[in-house]
Amino acid sequence: MQTHDLEKNFQQKIDAEVKIEPKDWMPDAYRKNLIRQISQHAHSEVVGMLPEGNWITRAPSLRRKLILMAKVQDEAGHGLYLYSAAETLGAGRDDLVMDLLNGKAKYSSIFNYPTLTWADIGAIGWLVDGAAIMNQVMLTRTSYGPYARAMVRICKEESFHQRQGYEIMLTLAKGSPEQKAMAQDALDRWWWPSLMMFGPHDSESTHSEQSMKWKIKRKSNDELRQAFVDATVPQAELIGLKVPDPDLKWNEKRGHYDFGEINWNEFWNVVKGRGPCNKQRLDARRNAWENGAWVREAAMAYAEKKAARRMKQAGEEAA
Amino acid sequence: MNTDAALQRYLLQLGDNALILGHRLAEWCGHAPEMEIDMALTNMALDLTGQARALYQRLAELEGKGRTEDDIAYLRDAREFYNCLLVEQPNGDFAHSMARQFFFDAYNYALHKNLTQSSDEWLAGFATKALKEITYHLRFSSEWVLRLGDGTETSREKMQKAVDDLWMWRHEPNILSEAEEVLAKTGVIPHPDAIKAESEQKVADILTKATLTIPTDDWAQKGGKTGLHTEYLGYILAEMQFLQRAYPGLEW
Ligand SMILES: [Fe+2]
Ligand SMILES: [Fe+2]
Repeated sequence: MQTHDLEKNFQQKIDAEVKIEPKDWMPDAYRKNLIRQISQHAHSEVVGMLPEGNWITRAPSLRRKLILMAKVQDEAGHGLYLYSAAETLGAGRDDLVMDLLNGKAKYSSIFNYPTLTWADIGAIGWLVDGAAIMNQVMLTRTSYGPYARAMVRICKEESFHQRQGYEIMLTLAKGSPEQKAMAQDALDRWWWPSLMMFGPHDSESTHSEQSMKWKIKRKSNDELRQAFVDATVPQAELIGLKVPDPDLKWNEKRGHYDFGEINWNEFWNVVKGRGPCNKQRLDARRNAWENGAWVREAAMAYAEKKAARRMKQAGEEAA
Repeated sequence: MNTDAALQRYLLQLGDNALILGHRLAEWCGHAPEMEIDMALTNMALDLTGQARALYQRLAELEGKGRTEDDIAYLRDAREFYNCLLVEQPNGDFAHSMARQFFFDAYNYALHKNLTQSSDEWLAGFATKALKEITYHLRFSSEWVLRLGDGTETSREKMQKAVDDLWMWRHEPNILSEAEEVLAKTGVIPHPDAIKAESEQKVADILTKATLTIPTDDWAQKGGKTGLHTEYLGYILAEMQFLQRAYPGLEW
């Protein structure tokens, strides 16, 4: 078949909602686009462990400590699961990790903000996992089979995280005045970065149009952002917290909340590496990688020795 | 010390070992040599913290003073912690963390295997459940001692140094506290000689298999079981207890 026909065939499958599987023919750009997106997603899970891991040793109760550890461990699992999905497209996990460490690959900018108080752990679960879910529920229907299936599993855990985060916020909001202030402060600081998680406006988004055609994405950045605002504002009201946006208003006619403009200057700065924690996050991952090199080498050397011994033993037995 | 007091103190010893080692393991979270190790270490931290929680709950129930598990974890100072000194030692490099883990697991495994026969029903039930987790911990840590000891030249050096550095803390778990003396006599806890023999055998086996040299200096630093700690514990508690201390008496 000519490339032209292959491409036509491919698009027909997409249009007919048939999942693309690893062995199927796919356009190079589709493959590249997916590797970029899935690995970026995997990196986000892994880097995302850092701001939350920051509070494990200081969690205020044993119960909260256990929940937080389990959550961060889930995120590590998501990372591994997503790297595997990227590997089905022919990408190597170590290469993808190297792209992250040398700054070539991106990860979600939200994790470049610091977790300053315990309430930030609540805000991250509630808002950041909440925003992630909007995106990931859509991705359970993405056109690439392994990615879609990974998302089904991941989504279940993310909604659990979201509820746990909200429950932390609820507890703080009905706690002492200091606790309530802590919760409000966390919402103030995490609200806008959470809205930024959905990316630039549709009109500015470079990958959007093609991704929609290939059904990698099924909803636009702005649609998802709106859905998040609509879902989250009532949750804030329910626990007596105020969303830090003077322009926020229910629009009866649209059936949606109107909300203020994101500070795109800040958005692009953080994307380009000038956020409060970009350097610390990458340094932490680089240190883990570099300091762990001798451990990984040892494991490899040991496995080789063990295999050689087994071969030798088998040879002796045969003789 | 009567049996009731001894049992309560013993629950603290076990609980504090689990809590403090869990804390140290959790410090690795996000920083381990590879993702799979990261997950395994957090998993062990989860197990241990869960164990501490069960032990503190039992203690709170027995003493009947209205304390909660969190009061016990968060509102005691260093002198009232009774974990052995080994578990509060800093993570160091991965070899140090694995030597610490392996020494502790070898003891903890032998202990819990025997504790399943305890005359105290609750303790026997607890040990049965914890043993499943500790069995996995011991497998993980002994495998890493083998890999690092019998891996590369570099890893062998690092593993040997870790074994040498931590050797002085290794013995304390097997040196009986007053509470343990009392409980051993009444069959609540197993005879210490059995545990000591089994754990020392395990340590010797694995170190030998890992081509490591077994240190000959058998000086044993102790103190943890009487609340005399290393300087590290104060910092662990300062970090762990921060919120409960800064905002006393609140729900979280
Ligand atoms: Fe996740
Ligand atoms: Fe999550």
